[in-house]
Amino acid sequence: MSTHSITIAGKTYGSRLLVGSGKYKDFAENAAAAEASGAEIVTVAIRRVNLGQDAGAPNLLDFIRPERYTLLPNTAGCYTAEDAIRTCRLARELLDGHRLVKLEVLGDPKTLYPDITATLEATKVLVKEGFEVMVYCTDDPIQCKRLEELGCVAVMPLAAPIGSGLGIQNRYNILSIVENAKVPIIVDAGVGTASDAAIAMELGCDGVLMNTAIAEAKNPLLMASAMRHAIIAGREAFLAGRMPRRRYASASSPLDGVIG
Amino acid sequence: MPLLTVNGRPEPLPAPATLAGLIEALQLQGQRLAVEHNGQIVPRSLWSETRLAEQDHIEIVKAIGGG
Repeated sequence: MSTHSITIAGKTYGSRLLVGSGKYKDFAENAAAAEASGAEIVTVAIRRVNLGQDAGAPNLLDFIRPERYTLLPNTAGCYTAEDAIRTCRLARELLDGHRLVKLEVLGDPKTLYPDITATLEATKVLVKEGFEVMVYCTDDPIQCKRLEELGCVAVMPLAAPIGSGLGIQNRYNILSIVENAKVPIIVDAGVGTASDAAIAMELGCDGVLMNTAIAEAKNPLLMASAMRHAIIAGREAFLAGRMPRRRYASASSPLDGVIG
Repeated sequence: MPLLTVNGRPEPLPAPATLAGLIEALQLQGQRLAVEHNGQIVPRSLWSETRLAEQDHIEIVKAIGGG
């Protein structure tokens, strides 16, 4: 088992942290945060060009360069399997045959919770079409297993709603999901600060994907660096194996030879 | 004026009336884009030979920031 690298769909990445590219002040800040995070996979969204406004405007991909990062196009904003599948096909064309995608089919704009029925439906089609599907889903051990069985290359349960920063809400579910998985489990959504990322890794997750926790920090570059360290620390703590919890104290200094 | 629907908006038929002509008329040449013509993705290599007709629906997308 590798300490700090992660293998997804046969490709090995040096960092277990995956980052988004939304909500930044500008592309330069986004690029600097991605660099500081150490991430090698960066998510992007697929959207209509703004006619009449995009001519000559700076482009995200000039800053988050496909030669430098593995781009992970997402289906954010899709509420049906059909729209998500269409978005993935467009992403594949846009990125010259790139097959790795982040599938998310949302159920409602207030919670941005995944619509699992539609997610399962879209997964079947995308896997059949040769996509390597990293799937955003609920922290439900049964549905996570189903998605793995359908051929997803990584299963990415939420820790809390997208952009909420509430942290890992159901550690025992995440633990069950990790214990039952044969593909990488990546916590996607809900992380608010470095300790949340460390907890996910201490639970045995293979990685964490985050956007808002870095982009909305007062100092995104410093938070990106904090997240890089949290992922490393959490991973090492998981591999080291934590001490048991005890209700009462257990002295660290010998009891023999105390004066008096 | 003969019209296309491009990203949900009416646009005149470009000259030449091809996808490549449309990309140029919209000043989008050189950008990394993906294009759908009446629901079918058209690879970049076929843009110059893809003829457009009145009432065609075109979607032009690009990558933007997202989580």
